[in-house]
Amino acid sequence: MGSRKSCAGSAVPAVLLAIVILILVASTVYFHVAKTWWFPAAITPVGSQIDQQFFVTFIVTGIVFVLAQLALAWLVFRYRDQGRKARFVRGNHTLEVVWTTATLIIFVGLGVMAAHAWGEVHFGGPDPGALQVEVTGVQFVWNFRYPGPDGRFGRINPKDIDASTGNPLGLDSNDPASKDDIVTGDLYLPVGRPIELMLRSQDVIHSFFVRELRVKQDTVPGLVIPVHFTVTKVGDYEITCNQLCGLGHYHMHATLHVLSDSDFQQWEQKQEAQNAQNGQ
Amino acid sequence: MSSHASTVHHSEAPKGWIRHYIFSLDHKIIGTQYILLGLSAVTIGVILSVIMRIHLAWPNAHIWGFANGVVSPEDYLRVITMHGTLMVFFVLTTVPQSGFGNYFLPIQIGAPDMAFPRLNMLSFWLTFVSLLVLLSSAFVRGGSPISGWTAYAPLSAVGEIAGPGQGLGQTLWVVSIALFCGASLMSAINFLGTTIDLRTKGLSLMRMPLTVWGWFITASLALLAFGVLLAACILLLLDRLAMTSFFIPSNSDVSGVLLNHAGGSPLLWQHLFWFFGHPEVYIAILPAMGIISHVLSTFARKPVFGYKAMVYSLSAIGFLSFMVWGHHMFISGMNPYSALTFSILTLVIGVPSAIKTFNWLGTLWGARIHFTAAMLFAIGFVSLFVTGGLSGIFLAQPALDLYLHDTYYVIGHFHLIMGVAAIFAMFAASYYWFPKMFGRMMNETLGKIHFWMTFVGVYCIFMPMHYLGYAGDPRRYASIESVHYLFRLQPVYMFISIAAFVTAAAQLFFYFNFFWSIKRGKPADQNPWRATTMEWSVSTPVPHDNFGGHYPTVYRGPYEYSVPGAADDFIPQDLAPEQVAKA
Amino acid sequence: MPRTSTIEELEIIEAGGGTKPPLPAGGDDDSPSGRSGMPQRVYVTGITIGMAAILMFFMAFVSAFIVRKGLGSDWRAFPLPRILWLDTLILLASSLTIVRARRFFARGNRESFRHWWAVTTILGLLFLAGQLIAWRQMVISGFYLATNASSSFFYVLTAAHGLHLLGGIVALLYIGRGKLRRLTFATATEVASLYWHFMDGLWVFLFLLLLLGR
Repeated sequence: MGSRKSCAGSAVPAVLLAIVILILVASTVYFHVAKTWWFPAAITPVGSQIDQQFFVTFIVTGIVFVLAQLALAWLVFRYRDQGRKARFVRGNHTLEVVWTTATLIIFVGLGVMAAHAWGEVHFGGPDPGALQVEVTGVQFVWNFRYPGPDGRFGRINPKDIDASTGNPLGLDSNDPASKDDIVTGDLYLPVGRPIELMLRSQDVIHSFFVRELRVKQDTVPGLVIPVHFTVTKVGDYEITCNQLCGLGHYHMHATLHVLSDSDFQQWEQKQEAQNAQNGQ
Repeated sequence: MSSHASTVHHSEAPKGWIRHYIFSLDHKIIGTQYILLGLSAVTIGVILSVIMRIHLAWPNAHIWGFANGVVSPEDYLRVITMHGTLMVFFVLTTVPQSGFGNYFLPIQIGAPDMAFPRLNMLSFWLTFVSLLVLLSSAFVRGGSPISGWTAYAPLSAVGEIAGPGQGLGQTLWVVSIALFCGASLMSAINFLGTTIDLRTKGLSLMRMPLTVWGWFITASLALLAFGVLLAACILLLLDRLAMTSFFIPSNSDVSGVLLNHAGGSPLLWQHLFWFFGHPEVYIAILPAMGIISHVLSTFARKPVFGYKAMVYSLSAIGFLSFMVWGHHMFISGMNPYSALTFSILTLVIGVPSAIKTFNWLGTLWGARIHFTAAMLFAIGFVSLFVTGGLSGIFLAQPALDLYLHDTYYVIGHFHLIMGVAAIFAMFAASYYWFPKMFGRMMNETLGKIHFWMTFVGVYCIFMPMHYLGYAGDPRRYASIESVHYLFRLQPVYMFISIAAFVTAAAQLFFYFNFFWSIKRGKPADQNPWRATTMEWSVSTPVPHDNFGGHYPTVYRGPYEYSVPGAADDFIPQDLAPEQVAKA
Repeated sequence: MPRTSTIEELEIIEAGGGTKPPLPAGGDDDSPSGRSGMPQRVYVTGITIGMAAILMFFMAFVSAFIVRKGLGSDWRAFPLPRILWLDTLILLASSLTIVRARRFFARGNRESFRHWWAVTTILGLLFLAGQLIAWRQMVISGFYLATNASSSFFYVLTAAHGLHLLGGIVALLYIGRGKLRRLTFATATEVASLYWHFMDGLWVFLFLLLLLGR
């Protein structure tokens, strides 16, 4: 308490604090460099751009993190009570101006850089020849709809929604365009072709997330939200729901199968044939 | 305020026990009531998080109080909803502001009480009723709601068909929050009115302790934000009970039922909610920033570095906090162009936060640090604030938020910067002001054990959550059993859970210390920390009307430590210049 | 000095105008010994701050209104109840009468003060009655609360405003009773009239919104 306190007692907490902060910094840096738990590789060009922005942000914030934490550890150790009087300083105007300007430039600079990647995702429409797939979230499954050979999505009539009769989306049987629509529980996409997903929801808000695509988008009832990208790598990827949608939120799961062009055509033909069979 | 020093009125506390301790008009009793209410809420909230951690690490563990001893997915969602609501509203909003603020704001500005003592009492009891209404949801059919503390419509709007707990439970939740809004508005009026009108002679704005600045700006935010949440709650209630369609769109087909609602907008709820919700984050953290500056200065034995910069940055944060709500909605389907505006504004709000961090470090520079428990928590706060603040730089960029949104990364981020940081400020405040509140010291050794376990513990809990976020682990998942890429994260879950149990157990040191010290602690001097602000100039226990009718005059700024030429290393704000001992 | 003032002493209070009220002495301002309360200016500050909060509350509804209407394919205009025009006039008139009442108060003419104060109160009650009639007119033209978003907002806005105005009427009645604790008459009438003008202005704004935006 106050100046009466002996100086001896205060070295222990000072050293301890410095050690804890050092361990924190070391472990944080280690896990970011070793990438023990990390992003899966991106499979779209935009995804790589986003990763680039991540990298820049990691470097900048990483430097600030290490410097600030080490400064704290050093100050706490250096200025523990050793019996000398504290320096009487009210502040430093020049320093305030310098670091305010510096942080403003760094933070806003990062924001402006990030705007570019965001623009790639959201500004500018998809390629005119993009393959359109409609994605519908409903407690607690994903449904995917392809327009079929006629290239047109059929009309939806909410009154016809009935999952038990195999019409979970409520395709209107009176609309000829809906007859050849393909509805699936997994998403099949061809590699290397521009894709446009039309995201919607039947009931509450869900969120469509595929890690490798670097795509996450809420599906909002009443809205149709387009997302576009081109996949560059064949493989199977997991689709999850990221917006709390009810008690089955955690098992609202599907798979994205990215197929080679020929495999995709085969798959499409098989679906169309099946559809034609069911139609009879 | 010129008449203050001249007249003497002394008023006695009311005699009856009920008037004195229950329906009290005394700001000190009301502040204590708020703190005890927050302590009850935080206890329940921590128990709920322990349940979450047991369930996540060992999904088949039997837990008392649940059907068949197993936490079902809906139980898990009930638990997270109640945890979030209790912590955000009844702990983070209540304790630093209404609790410590109520107790110490009038004393620090030389006032006898808050400006509207009756309104103050009403605020507290309305908050109390609000808490009871919220807790009662656990005991109705369907149980507590499962829609999270953000209660996104339409999940929260369409009623029981959306899931268990979305019936009466969700209605009670909305009513509880609406009552809480009312209480917070009244409280905000009181804080603002008191600070504007009741400052004692000589206490100009730029001489106010930073705690007072924190409470003052927080009250301004609360005043403008809670009215919006109240309006949103009323609209939500009407959607639920009166078949209106504010938030429910046409052609909603929930659980096979085609709803009659038409044309509403789910995004409207999010806009209204986050217009409140983002200032709310600062409502939790600004009083904490004030407390930390105060405690750091006291135990560094130095003036706060850049006092004016601290005041301006507090104000800037308050002002900007109303323009950044859209950063919660980058992936909501909002206009992508407005996302960029929100992004830049969000990064700009990082600047005043960075100024504060620099000034805290500046305060430690050249200091003579006394490592009391209060000071340790204040230093811990700075470390947490740096870590939690920097992860915010990622989330503020929509292109990166695309990946991290609604993952564990976000949980790690806001727990460090809003939850744990504010809790650290509350602990610092408790250890710091306890001698003034109860006339006894808290045990320093227990306090230090509490600090070390908590400081290491919270980092062990929340740092790994960032890594879970990198791996794409979505939040609010009752189980990882359906997603293959999550399987390998199970060891991280277990590590976090064990860290959580240790940290929760560490809080027992605090409880014991707190209640034991009230009765048995070492008797405290009037000014045990040799601090400068006016709460240390009044006797302990603080008289009913704080100053016994003799109102102090303020002669200087709040943090006059280690002034060259003075005998003591502190000069109280209200010590007349001729009484200051020369070295 | 006991802080209970009655309307009879209002001349005395006014005569002493200009001196700051005595020092506040403790939160328990109605302890048996009769304590003075807070300085009178806190009540004016308080109501001003309170009005800012109320304004934000209504602005939330108003922005929701604008956003919801902008979404619009299903928005249906309702026929604006004719009585609202009359109601608006009544409320505007009540603002004039409360100014008049306060002027008489300032001159120390307590008879006329009471008179005009009562007139204001009655106009306020008439306004509320008119709002109920407006609701009936809405119902008759087939617009219930949940009929359409337009009517939902009509009921929400008028009800929220009506409840706030009702609070104002209670304050007018309380002051008109002629006995006050803690507040002087000068303060009480100032606070009440500030609030009353605010409610009036708010209504004119809401009325224009409903008229042009329905």
